[in-house]
Amino acid sequence: MTRIGTPASRVDGRAKVTGAAKYAAEFEAENLAYGAVVSSRVAKGRVVGIDLRDALGVEGVIDVLTHENRPRMARSKKAYEDDIAPGGAPFRPLYDDKILYNAQPVALVLAEDWETARYAASLVRVDYEQEAHVTELESQRDEAFDAKNSPKPRGNAEKAFAAADVQHEAEYWLPIEHHNPMEMHAATVIYEGKGKLTIYDKTQGVQNSQAYVASVFRLKQDDVRVISQFVGGAFGSGLRPQYHLPLAVLGALALKRSVRLVLTRQQMFTFGYRPGTIQRVALGAKSGGTLDAIMHDALAMTSQYEDFTEHVTNWSGALYKCANARYGHKLARLDLATPIDMRAPGGATGVYALECAMDELAVALKLDPLELRLRCYSDRDQNEGIPFSSKKLRECYRQGADAFGWDKRNGAPRSMRDGSELVGWGMATGIWEAMQQKASARIVLTANGHAEVACAFTDIGPGTYTMMAQVAADRLGLPLENVTVKLGDSTLPQAPVEGGSWTAASAGNAIALACEGVRTQLVRFARKVANSPLADAKPDDAALVDGRIVSKQDSSCSVSIPDAMRAANKERIEQEATAESNDDGKHARYTHSAIFAEVKIDEELRIVRVTRIVNAVAAGRIINPKTARSQILGGVVFGLGMALHEETQVDHRLGRIVNHNLAEYHVPANADVHDIEVIFVDEPDEIINPLGVKGVGEIGVVGTAAAIANAIWHATGIRVRDLPVTVDKILG
Amino acid sequence: MINFQYARADSVADAVRQIAAAPTAKFIAGGTNLIDLMKEGVERPARLIDITHLPLKDVTETAGGGLKIGALVPNSDLAYHPAVEKRYPLLASAILAGASQQLRNMASTGGNLLQRTRCVYFYDVATPCNKREPGAGCSAIDGVNRQHAILGHSAACIATHPSDMCVALAMLEAKVHVTGPSGERVIAFADFHRLPGDTPQRDTNLEPDEIIMAVELPAQGFAANYTYLKLRDRLSYAFALVSVAVGMELAGGVIRDARFALGGVAHKPWRDPQAEAVLQRQRPEEETFRRAADTLLRNARGFKHNAFKIELARRALVRALAQAARGTPQSQADKKIA
Amino acid sequence: MARTVRAVMEAEPTAPAPEKLTVTLVINGRETRLSVAPWTTLLDTLRDRLALTGTKKGCDHGQCGACTVLVDGRRINSCLTLAVMKDGAQVTTIEGLAKDGALHPLQQAFIDHDAFQCGYCTPGQICSAAGLIAEGKAKTVDEIRELMSGNICRCGAYVNIVAAIQQAMGKA
Repeated sequence: MTRIGTPASRVDGRAKVTGAAKYAAEFEAENLAYGAVVSSRVAKGRVVGIDLRDALGVEGVIDVLTHENRPRMARSKKAYEDDIAPGGAPFRPLYDDKILYNAQPVALVLAEDWETARYAASLVRVDYEQEAHVTELESQRDEAFDAKNSPKPRGNAEKAFAAADVQHEAEYWLPIEHHNPMEMHAATVIYEGKGKLTIYDKTQGVQNSQAYVASVFRLKQDDVRVISQFVGGAFGSGLRPQYHLPLAVLGALALKRSVRLVLTRQQMFTFGYRPGTIQRVALGAKSGGTLDAIMHDALAMTSQYEDFTEHVTNWSGALYKCANARYGHKLARLDLATPIDMRAPGGATGVYALECAMDELAVALKLDPLELRLRCYSDRDQNEGIPFSSKKLRECYRQGADAFGWDKRNGAPRSMRDGSELVGWGMATGIWEAMQQKASARIVLTANGHAEVACAFTDIGPGTYTMMAQVAADRLGLPLENVTVKLGDSTLPQAPVEGGSWTAASAGNAIALACEGVRTQLVRFARKVANSPLADAKPDDAALVDGRIVSKQDSSCSVSIPDAMRAANKERIEQEATAESNDDGKHARYTHSAIFAEVKIDEELRIVRVTRIVNAVAAGRIINPKTARSQILGGVVFGLGMALHEETQVDHRLGRIVNHNLAEYHVPANADVHDIEVIFVDEPDEIINPLGVKGVGEIGVVGTAAAIANAIWHATGIRVRDLPVTVDKILG
Repeated sequence: MINFQYARADSVADAVRQIAAAPTAKFIAGGTNLIDLMKEGVERPARLIDITHLPLKDVTETAGGGLKIGALVPNSDLAYHPAVEKRYPLLASAILAGASQQLRNMASTGGNLLQRTRCVYFYDVATPCNKREPGAGCSAIDGVNRQHAILGHSAACIATHPSDMCVALAMLEAKVHVTGPSGERVIAFADFHRLPGDTPQRDTNLEPDEIIMAVELPAQGFAANYTYLKLRDRLSYAFALVSVAVGMELAGGVIRDARFALGGVAHKPWRDPQAEAVLQRQRPEEETFRRAADTLLRNARGFKHNAFKIELARRALVRALAQAARGTPQSQADKKIA
Repeated sequence: MARTVRAVMEAEPTAPAPEKLTVTLVINGRETRLSVAPWTTLLDTLRDRLALTGTKKGCDHGQCGACTVLVDGRRINSCLTLAVMKDGAQVTTIEGLAKDGALHPLQQAFIDHDAFQCGYCTPGQICSAAGLIAEGKAKTVDEIRELMSGNICRCGAYVNIVAAIQQAMGKA
């Protein structure tokens, strides 16, 4: 039996290693047409003419859709808002002649095969009337406006900063980053006839996509079924319905045929991204190493049509004791697509700046950076003035430092060497919200002792299939192989998008609740068995263990599940339950981590090698340590890319992203990744939710870039405050 | 990708005949760069002539003690060829520093010479580029130019040549055997690739109707004292910011002969006889290496994002010369710089 | 006012469809004859024509390795390979690695070491690792990392991928 807390191999592992797992572009349909998107070549203005003659002249082209000839779409901007939409008016692909950003879709070619569609797309001639554009964040400092819901201040930070013994103040820059999941965004729309569509979509939320399509195309919700059983990574790019989805539906409605649309890798750079930011962090401290003042201001980019906001600046309130704090968040409008959440949105960004600033403050105070964190440790969330549901961050610091050997660090920069290489040791803290969303799960238990657990969540890679099976197996007392999982289908019980590290808590607790209902029924059935040893049992008197209903008082009193069901004349038990957060505002809910990084840098050539990372994580109860470790490993690699490689380059004259491919937009390769050790600190949490689960999808990335940047300072004595830390910035 | 016709060549003569008959045709071998560029709409050949069946796949000894490498020998086979590993380890090292094993398994020797630049504007048909469309203008000069040239660039083009293998071949002073309608000829490696000047659309001096038959290596392989040092933005599977190929001959504690070529810095693998001359008959000491580097970079000029390459190239050359002199060539697997 | 200039759909096409050529590919041991247009890559042939969707398209430009298959025993990027150029070739895809329902040692090792998350790069990683083992050039962990660097994993499973390959090489 595989209980919660024991490592389990992925239940969908075989499907993934044999190629049997099918992703959005891999479903077949009769008479399938293929789409190819034509992208704008200018950043702002409008389309004044489109010449389709050459494209339509290509044999095999069925049609080319533009804003002028497409089927009807909703007029109201409101109709395009999805669950995750920020304030503003969403982009409406092929809606009108307006160009809102460079490389936005302007036409959709539909052909009998992909190659023909791609060729014809290159023949569509579009004329534009251009307007002046702006894509550079820094140039918009003075035009930026306050984001809504900026966190509230406490005390008087300016005054305390001015009066502090030691001050550190600096700006930290982060570039635009793109998610670049390995699978490109795609949809296969099956035209079922009678107004019905079945859509295989690359998305993090099938019901979000379903509602969007129904709303935009004025279809009945029940006539639109969205399926996404395997998702080739997303990291946030699939939180909102991206334009491939409405365009594929447009194609299907126009042709009355099934349509497959796959974006190109280049087009993966034509929608959401992690917004570039310029952050100012000012820390004032007493000479003894306690904080008096924190001022954290962010300038972030958004589009001309939506106000994308994330929590960037107030993480220090949950980490470090400080009576005076002020946070600011401004948005600048650029002629780019709206940003979208990317793995640990806001946290990866804000904690990078905060944790580099803390490192710099430690230097100014002549304190070990870990010691500074301990002196500033906060047992209360000062933003809200409440205690934590649990916070084993001290344990993370201790166990992480022990595993890393932090006590052997010589604090002086350039003081540690390995032959011709400078050695740098840096550390940082990580923090992320432990959230739970309302979700429903359904259990169907059959008399043969097999259970099916179903929930509409998607599995974008964290191991949701396995997690769901494990929770059900644990609570139903069944072997893991007796549980099958259904997910990623809009017809299944309600689930929000998979994101925010909330899936395990949201689906897990719903499953646990449904299992309780199953148990209640089973105890009732067990009482009906002739001479039942559980004749007087109440639901809470019995547990489900090894396929039996067992008395908690006397484990020798038990009834097998088949016997109980036979006695009740039942073939199956179906139980659906909905769980939602018990958050009453009395406790702050966070995961924490401590990251320790070692870099080795050739003294002359300054090529950085990240040779070792230890990440100690406190994330409540870990359902599956095997897949959870992988999540942290992946987060660390994501953070490594953020620290050293990733930068979306925009030619501001053209207002166009130019390194829109995987050869020039670097993400870490195998050779970049060496030893990574993951530690899960024991963190019982009775408050957060019945399972005590917090989620681990994002915590791994938060703080990692700062730990590496701090290690690079320790190695070289050079403080780089704009990521990525490429060789040119540390040549010295 | 445009709709093109496909034909096979049965022999070299047939290939030459076919290309002469169809001026908009291109040869295809490994296809790793050509197919990529065709998908981007950068290359638009009306016809592809498949030369993969031609008998150009052998590595043979030459009378002069060198090796003749057939144009269709895959990059990976060449890197792992026993004679290359033993006598030209620099070439093996440079090949293994480039691309990925999958691409090296596909890419041919001749095709590697004909790789086109990775300039982001060259690749994006929505932007002006003189190399792609003569007269359109160079977007890189005042644009995103981190990857671009610091030596030998022109007002028309600041692109770099992306090959690693060619940097080694330039240092080794290989010869390129080609044939065309007017017969066979041999092109010295230094004359094979061109500087951009005012015709950046032409990467090489190969005529459009010529085909590469073989690359010939001279006897001198510098197997004892060599290195290929490649510096890039991630530790593998990335194009060079700067790379250096060095071959050195030492005798009695003195450099009897030394040559070097740089990649990632110019429109072609960069050789500089004047800078190499600084090393001749000198002791292999850092001071001397520095002087050679200063000479090499005397006319270097960077742009907004790539000026750092001048200092990086200086340091890379000094280190690469030291690696070669010490007999501790750079490993392409262990990323610690030797 | 924007104007879309459209052709009359019923008119003769000005650009006729490419002439298809017949090729024979031996895919996972099975001889497959098909007619393909010259511009169709081996990757699109596998995915769109033969429903062998285990081979993935991650970039279509040789920059990610998701499309890795073995052709005549060597690992290559199928996205940059024209199907018409591989007439007569032996192609092994992820679907051809398991024999009689028994997983290939690499497939089992990937499960054992949790060497994937989303699974999208996984078939390419496994085919690439099969090629790596056949090449016999990777002895050290550094050599495995370097020679597997043509396969990008955005979920960041590299540590586990290397461990899985070591297990399959009998070094675990």
